[in-house]
Amino acid sequence: MIDHQTQTKPPIISAEDLCIFYGNFRAVKNVDMKIVPNQITAIIGPSGCGKSTVLRSFNRMNDFIPNCHVTGKITFHGHNIYDEDVDPVQVRQKIGMVFQKPNPFPKSIFDNVAWGLKINGMKGDLSEPVEQALKQAALWDEVKDHLKKSGLSLSGGQQQRLCIARALAVKPDIILMDEPCSALDPIATLKIEDLMRELSKDYTIIIVTHNMQQAARASDYTAFFTMDSDRAGVMVEYGETSHIFTNPQDKRTEDYITGRYG
Amino acid sequence: MEELHSVPAWKETLVTRIIQICGYSSILFVILILYFLLSEGLPALWKADLNSLFSTRWYPTESYFGIWPLIFGSLFVTLGAGLVSVPLGIGTAVYISEVAPSWTKEILKPLVELLAGLPSVVLGFLGIQVLVPFMRRFFDLPTGLTALSGAILLGMISIPTMVSVAEDALNTVPKSYREASMALGATRWQTIWGVTLPAAKSGVITAVLLGMGRAMGETMAVMMVTGNAPVMPQGLQTIILPIRTMTATIASEMGEVAAGSVHYSVLFLIGIILFIISLVVNVVAFTLTSRKTTRSERLLS
Ligand SMILES: Nc1ncnc2c1ncn2[C@@H]1O[C@H](COP(=O)(O)OP(=O)(O)OP(=O)(O)O)[C@@H](O)[C@H]1O
Ligand SMILES: [Mg+2]
Repeated sequence: MIDHQTQTKPPIISAEDLCIFYGNFRAVKNVDMKIVPNQITAIIGPSGCGKSTVLRSFNRMNDFIPNCHVTGKITFHGHNIYDEDVDPVQVRQKIGMVFQKPNPFPKSIFDNVAWGLKINGMKGDLSEPVEQALKQAALWDEVKDHLKKSGLSLSGGQQQRLCIARALAVKPDIILMDEPCSALDPIATLKIEDLMRELSKDYTIIIVTHNMQQAARASDYTAFFTMDSDRAGVMVEYGETSHIFTNPQDKRTEDYITGRYG
Repeated sequence: MEELHSVPAWKETLVTRIIQICGYSSILFVILILYFLLSEGLPALWKADLNSLFSTRWYPTESYFGIWPLIFGSLFVTLGAGLVSVPLGIGTAVYISEVAPSWTKEILKPLVELLAGLPSVVLGFLGIQVLVPFMRRFFDLPTGLTALSGAILLGMISIPTMVSVAEDALNTVPKSYREASMALGATRWQTIWGVTLPAAKSGVITAVLLGMGRAMGETMAVMMVTGNAPVMPQGLQTIILPIRTMTATIASEMGEVAAGSVHYSVLFLIGIILFIISLVVNVVAFTLTSRKTTRSERLLS
């Protein structure tokens, strides 16, 4: 089984005893999670159990929330990204993010994708890398004739793929996606899922989703989170998606995926 | 069914009429003001000799009505004020909206509003007591009442207006734009310069123009610190010489002219010029900001 092969591969990023606090409130506690490279890992769980919080801690987006702090370790390329000497800006260049609501900049389609390249100091003609990123995001054919149009003029699904292209352009190792399809219709959703499958050849993807079918369909690994009695989020179970969905070990996981939660 | 129509139709009509009258009356006022301005000011064009009007000498008691020095004076102090206020104003707005921790923000915002509401005479006092003596000592001048003093003071006066409008514009930029940019590995400064400010562009332009408009129309403070000498520029040293603006001229001379005299008409003509300049500024501001919306609207449809 692939299980043994992939489990022996060193994880690309891993959380050790991760706790995340908002002020005094512990939103997430004691998460241990090793992410397998070039696989799609889904994080599922009821609302408020800390999925977004965990996801945002992987590229230090929580830094922007006043009084949010983290204990434990997140190891990426052998470094704890929360070490004093780590520059969060560089972490985010390597670990990109796609948000729940498509959020293209109010700039042209071209400039949306080129922005990430520019901040990385790339100069001159950017049309080559922009085209490449748009192709990777399966958006090129739809927009190639009007790259000067505003990114906001696209449909929701196209906007989300534009945001994916924008994230891909800076060539990250990992892409974090926080419910990237929740604002999209089923067809656009399937498109994004196909795209994720394609991208997982070159990237590692971690996706938060509320959609059980999506997790089952589109991910290789699934982590199930829930809220403990003290309202802190905990990871209940983590493993291959097929195992989690067919043979959950924990009663809470089973209840959740069969829809008996709450 | 009866209850649905319980508001009598005539009440609706009455309210509509009252609102209509309010709307029309403001149009009427503008037209009346314009008519008054034109009917008092335009005769200057034939009452005073045109050669005299467009000369460089303003000395009404001897019938020299050259308005160039005044136009120049106004433009000079306004643009000078802009050089002071645009970087400082936009910088402050960016600081308050993007950088400052929330407690600082809560102190600074009302403070800026307070400054914006300060009567300009008060700032004129400050100018006379602090700025003017400083200028005199710093440049070793016979008088500190100079164009530069006026530009700096007007810059200070227009900063609060600029800050509060620009800060509002920056605040309306959705947080998601900033997050998207930061998540790509942009620094905070790159995000401000490349994403937030461009997204707030039309509001920031409006802020600049409103601030400059305030500087252009300012009268009291500028009268107190510029020395009020209607002279034409002579090279770079003009900035440390006295100068006089259009507004200051009208304010200081209107009280002592005979109604209907040539001098009186010329003062109104200056008013017309001020009006035209502010009209042009407004039209430019309007097209700059509205062209942007129509373009995006076109794309969105
Ligand atoms: N900025 C914040 N400040 C304070 N508390 C927060 C903040 N963001 C989230 N929380 C709290 O942390 C807990 C986890 O929130 P989080 O957004 O991570 O949940 P989630 O699993 O992503 O939920 P959902 O499925 O609804 O998106 C919640 O109790 C929430 O109230
Ligand atoms: Mg969430």
